[in-house]
Amino acid sequence: MSDKPLAPAIEGWHTMGDQPHLIGTRCTACGTYFFPKQSHYCKNPDCDSTDFEEVELSRTGTVWSYTNACYEPPAPFVAPQPFEPYAIAAVQLEAEQMVVLGQVVTGVDTEQLSVGMPVELVLETLHETDDDIKVTWKWKPVAA
Amino acid sequence: MSNEIAILGAGMHPWGKWGHNFVQYGVAAAREALADAGVPWRDVRFVSGGATVRCGYPGYVAGATFAQALGWQGAEVNTSYAACASGSQALAAARNKILSGECEVALVVGADTTPKGFLAPAGGYRPEDPDWVRFYLGITNPTYFALYARRRMDLYGDTQEDFAQVKVKNARAGSKNPRARYRKCFSVEDVAASAMVADPLRLMDICATSDGGAALIVSSLDYARRIGKADAPRVAAISTVTPSFASGVVEMPDIATDSAAAAGIEAQSFRASLPVKAYEEAGIGPEDVNVAEVYDLSTALELDWIEDLQLAPRGEAAQLLRNGDTAIGGRIPVNPSGGLACFGEAVPAQALAQVCELTWQLRGQSGDRQVEGAKVGITANQGLFGHGSSVIVKR
Ligand SMILES: [Zn+2]
Repeated sequence: MSDKPLAPAIEGWHTMGDQPHLIGTRCTACGTYFFPKQSHYCKNPDCDSTDFEEVELSRTGTVWSYTNACYEPPAPFVAPQPFEPYAIAAVQLEAEQMVVLGQVVTGVDTEQLSVGMPVELVLETLHETDDDIKVTWKWKPVAA
Repeated sequence: MSNEIAILGAGMHPWGKWGHNFVQYGVAAAREALADAGVPWRDVRFVSGGATVRCGYPGYVAGATFAQALGWQGAEVNTSYAACASGSQALAAARNKILSGECEVALVVGADTTPKGFLAPAGGYRPEDPDWVRFYLGITNPTYFALYARRRMDLYGDTQEDFAQVKVKNARAGSKNPRARYRKCFSVEDVAASAMVADPLRLMDICATSDGGAALIVSSLDYARRIGKADAPRVAAISTVTPSFASGVVEMPDIATDSAAAAGIEAQSFRASLPVKAYEEAGIGPEDVNVAEVYDLSTALELDWIEDLQLAPRGEAAQLLRNGDTAIGGRIPVNPSGGLACFGEAVPAQALAQVCELTWQLRGQSGDRQVEGAKVGITANQGLFGHGSSVIVKR
């Protein structure tokens, strides 16, 4: 493993560290959450607020559904060679009442997942560049 | 006042990978529809084209392109872009023109040529583009369909064999359709032997993209009567509603759903909302439907659609399939054309192709794939950007 610094693959979409959170926004008028961040208009048809606060989203949720990627996606995905299939989960966040997609941590495949399973958000390498290691959020089953 | 218009003619260029310009397919479909209707081209006073939008693709002037190719004759034109629902939106434009009395006969046409190579977003670092984001994070088109399919398995007990049986059913129907691209029959074992793409969906569970063209000649009921076609199938309803906030199903290309956290807001399914307006407009219910053409981008998605159209209670579509109810000869045949499984998606033509199939079914002209005694048919499709549609045809 290299000693390059860690950097978020997408700047400003999640916090760094051991207990990472996705960063979204919340409409101060109606309470609707947005991920990715939305700060100019509220998509609730009953709300015309333009006032938003940045918030950290729940870092735990339950699996809404899951799958995997058996084939290498095209660019901009940067695939390790040889390509290794990885699992993907759609996760329901209770407080936010929304579902967020993400890869599942390396080493967990679809056979170890089920709808309703509790998971938590962690950071893992997405790919390396010449300068740093790009990390992104991934879902990890919460140890029972 | 009746909201209905008559379908006088239907035409299609066979689906395939022919490598021609899309105009050629549209013209072939339009000429077949005109001949089928027995209407002279110069009588058509409105040309409504379904368009698609791609880099450098000229489909965005569909109405005018087809009108010029068929020979300028001074008709008015319209071009509709609504992703997979483009054809339905073009049909709705023609219906408005006819019902308002501005024209009596309209041509509705859509055609597509499959793009060369893999559809992928432009490069660079562009986190403001959801399509770029999801590809960067490793989430491709099959991911979404696989998520819906897996959820059916975990919640309702559907199996991969059920999904394979959808393919077997549609392949059998499509084998009898001369306009279908894929006309080979398959077994459950064939599907199971195809490569896994996105668990639980295999290569043969997922539809391809195709070249194709479809067209309809539609008119006022009065015009239909005057040319001796008072009993022609009619468009009884067209629903092209948007989703309602908050959309609770994660949709391509998004990385997350809407949030339903605000007071008074509930998570909703877009697919399920599409037919509601159609049933209301036609003044009928799901119990009146004899045949359905639905957008089976994946085998499992056909089962979702059956429930979205309320042809089965939620979670029970697979049982309908296992009973043989959705096959030709069953209680409520679904995709007697063979569906996308046998056609492959030709975006701006597909919603019209669904209506063409219902037209032939309701006229009793579908040969070996005829749904006996079909009087009411419904279509359903959904595409990107909150576009989708459901059309009811009755006779
Ligand atoms: Zn708001």
